[in-house]
Amino acid sequence: MTAPLHGTSAEPDAPADVTATAAGKQVEGRSLGRIAWSRLKRDRLALAGGIVVIFLVLIAVFAPLIVSLFGHPPNQFHQDKINPLFGTPYGSFGGISSEHLLGVEPNNGRDVFSRIVYGARISLLVAFLSAMVAVLIGTVLGIVAGYFGGWVDSLISRVMDMLLAFPQLLFIICLVSVLPNNLLGMTGSTVRITILVAVIGFFGWPYIGRIVRGQTLSLREKEYIEAARSLGAGRRYVLFKELLPNLVAPITVYTTLMIPTNILTEAALSYLGAGVRPPTASWGQMLSKAVDSYEADPTFMVVPGMAIFVTVLAFNLFGDGVRDALDPKGTR
Amino acid sequence: MTPLRSSRTQRIAGAALMVAALTATAACGGGGGSKDEGGDGKGAGYNAGAKGIANPSTKKGGTLKFIGKQDFDSTDPQRQYYGMAWDFSRFYARQLISYTPKPGQASAELVPDLAKGKAQITNDGKTYTYQLRDGVNWEDGTPITSKDIKYGIQRIWATDVITGGPSYLRQVLDPKGEYKGPYKDTTPDKLGLKAIQTPDDKTIVFNLATPNGDFEQMLAMPSGSPLKKEKDTAGKYQLKPFSSGPYKFQSYSPKKGAVLVRNDKWQRSSDPIRAALPDKITVTINSNIEAIDELLIKGEYDLDLNATGMGQAGRTKAIKEHRENLDNIETSFIRYVDIATKVAPFDNIECRKAVIYAADYASMQAVRGGPEAGGELATNMLPKSIKGSDDYDPYGILARKGKPDEAKAKAALKACGKPSGFTTTISARSNQPGEVQSAEALQQSLQAVGIKAEVESIDGAESASITGSPAVVKKRGLGLIVTGWAPDFPTGQGFSQPLVDGRFIAPNGNYNVSETNDPKINKFFDDALKETDPGKAAAIYQQMNHAVADLAVQMPFVYEKNFTWRSSRLTNAYSSAAYSGRYDYVSLGVVK
Repeated sequence: MTAPLHGTSAEPDAPADVTATAAGKQVEGRSLGRIAWSRLKRDRLALAGGIVVIFLVLIAVFAPLIVSLFGHPPNQFHQDKINPLFGTPYGSFGGISSEHLLGVEPNNGRDVFSRIVYGARISLLVAFLSAMVAVLIGTVLGIVAGYFGGWVDSLISRVMDMLLAFPQLLFIICLVSVLPNNLLGMTGSTVRITILVAVIGFFGWPYIGRIVRGQTLSLREKEYIEAARSLGAGRRYVLFKELLPNLVAPITVYTTLMIPTNILTEAALSYLGAGVRPPTASWGQMLSKAVDSYEADPTFMVVPGMAIFVTVLAFNLFGDGVRDALDPKGTR
Repeated sequence: MTPLRSSRTQRIAGAALMVAALTATAACGGGGGSKDEGGDGKGAGYNAGAKGIANPSTKKGGTLKFIGKQDFDSTDPQRQYYGMAWDFSRFYARQLISYTPKPGQASAELVPDLAKGKAQITNDGKTYTYQLRDGVNWEDGTPITSKDIKYGIQRIWATDVITGGPSYLRQVLDPKGEYKGPYKDTTPDKLGLKAIQTPDDKTIVFNLATPNGDFEQMLAMPSGSPLKKEKDTAGKYQLKPFSSGPYKFQSYSPKKGAVLVRNDKWQRSSDPIRAALPDKITVTINSNIEAIDELLIKGEYDLDLNATGMGQAGRTKAIKEHRENLDNIETSFIRYVDIATKVAPFDNIECRKAVIYAADYASMQAVRGGPEAGGELATNMLPKSIKGSDDYDPYGILARKGKPDEAKAKAALKACGKPSGFTTTISARSNQPGEVQSAEALQQSLQAVGIKAEVESIDGAESASITGSPAVVKKRGLGLIVTGWAPDFPTGQGFSQPLVDGRFIAPNGNYNVSETNDPKINKFFDDALKETDPGKAAAIYQQMNHAVADLAVQMPFVYEKNFTWRSSRLTNAYSSAAYSGRYDYVSLGVVK
């Protein structure tokens, strides 16, 4: 990742086969996006991951519709489906039936399918928003640190070091138990979601900040930057027109790889009771509850476990594919 | 960017591994048990120990084996507060009076232990005099004297060293806190507490500041045990308690376990209470509740020391395969919801009633395990093991079979001036099984009448500073607080006073969470305490309980029950109301 991927200057980076077919002919100018897309298209695993991701996003967006078609209201109890003495669902595999597609929750009989679907909303919402927060802060501070250097760089770098060493999970748990339920006019789960987004995003930015800073450090010495500068380009022009476009690739890659990490963090926090508040459905919370009854009703543990697992895997495969497509010089 | 590289195939391999692991856990979890389990022989029959005595026997010998998740809070009699520790302490600590070794409610009756008879009460109920029995000995053979009893009780005053135990005796004998405890005592014999006198080695006299009809109940707690001054190692005493009972400690390692063997200086003729059947008693601490249930079912241990009931998995298996080893025991716990009267809109009684009418008790009972594993529907705030309890049911909970009464709930809302409902927060402790689920069930049923509630799960370890702090309750707007309570001693004072006497409201560690402060209720307690006749006191507590129910400040929903394992070897096992439904440990024996 040393070469700039700026417009047509990306051409030398193209794989050997492309250059070979183009040899002797008029070299066709292709944009970074098109090259990346053509590489991505050939990566079947990444495509599969991408399709799953799109599918999950659609599920999250259309959760109310899906649940009204195939499920039950996510917080509705169905205690007639539960053997009260054991607390476990009647029927095998956690009470899976045509009425309850993924069975029912032990003790109270809530529809697992509906709760998984609604849980996807929380997981994806928190993961996407916190990734955006991290990318925003990380990119701005990373560019500033890398471009200006000197004491600005030292300051920002030390802050990043500090944050990376910070015990974020413990901090969030403490924060959540200290903060009030009503904050800035928000109530209920909105408060917790906002806190989760803010905190996960805040502790995530140094990862992307470091990458951006490193890239900026190497890019700012490039001839084309010097050229722009010597032609009298302003600081803003250099930062946003020359530098930023060349940072799009690493930023994109890191964003797609940050989302699954955030999903896991959200699940872990929910598991530990620092996530959204019950009865709002969340995967981590379901897992945490499943621990009480995993021997009698393993299905209830497997279902949210698989949901987290499939989601994270899909994002990771897709993220890997995007990275390979944008950065073909890696090991392949 | 290299660290992220390489991993594609690894990641997929890892993924495959994880799926395999998940399915494997699921598979072994789902599989049933093998046939050869269950120890040897059959149990005494379902509920044999809950309804009477399972395997009555006087056969001596053998090793009685306890296993438990939670270790004793202390083995020092003056520092114990866990119910199971009180039950266990009768093996090695005696008091002036103790509980009757009989099944069920009869156990709550007090009988003389070290004393020859019950107290002579004089001076308008302020002076209690006891004469000691002959032949009561320490484990070194020396006789137990009235001075040993006084010294033991005095240790409760050393609040910087002897921490953890109940403070009732201190409040009743020295409410102003003038005595500073035996370790700061300047008198030559270290017996400086004026409220207790020992005219001779066989006589002990207690002088109360104000009458308290439950004084003998307080003396029956382990904190009323004697302690030999020469053997007092203060804070370290719990590592090797000096026995006055039929067993003495051979070893004790905190969080690991204990071994007790017979104390041959104890004379059976001097002790009408303790059956003392086994030759040896072992205690094993195991942090895994599932493993404990497995080991009990396998027959490697006899009973659960903590007696908190079997876990979901163990219970399921035991009910299906070993019903004859189970007792469905009613504990003294009431599971209930405090309605915080200082949090709007619950300052209005009609809004409190609206919650009670709108609540689906049946659903809250079902998430706890229904009538058997959870408990019977509760109608008021006195458990059946307490004198003065009755089936007072002002909100018709049994009549409506625990189902919500929407019409009455809506009428109450209208009367409260909130016809379309209101919002509030329900708190529940996340480390208490079933509590968050009860809160969710309540939240669901309240929704139907427009009461929008959020569930906030709090860490049980922090509850003293959250729900125990009226300021925090108000600040966080915790209107409904799901919790549970069992009595320290089985009287109205022991159960209800900390919960509803307005003078018990504390800025921290508060149990009167509803902040009930009603002059009429407070006076009931004053009147009842003056009664030395338990029957008359019970009549007053009954009125007190009705008044509390009418105020709608607490919403009891379940009189807790659990499933307790009793090994096939265990003899003389019965549930004792005096110990919150646990087996009376000191009466237990084993077949071999």
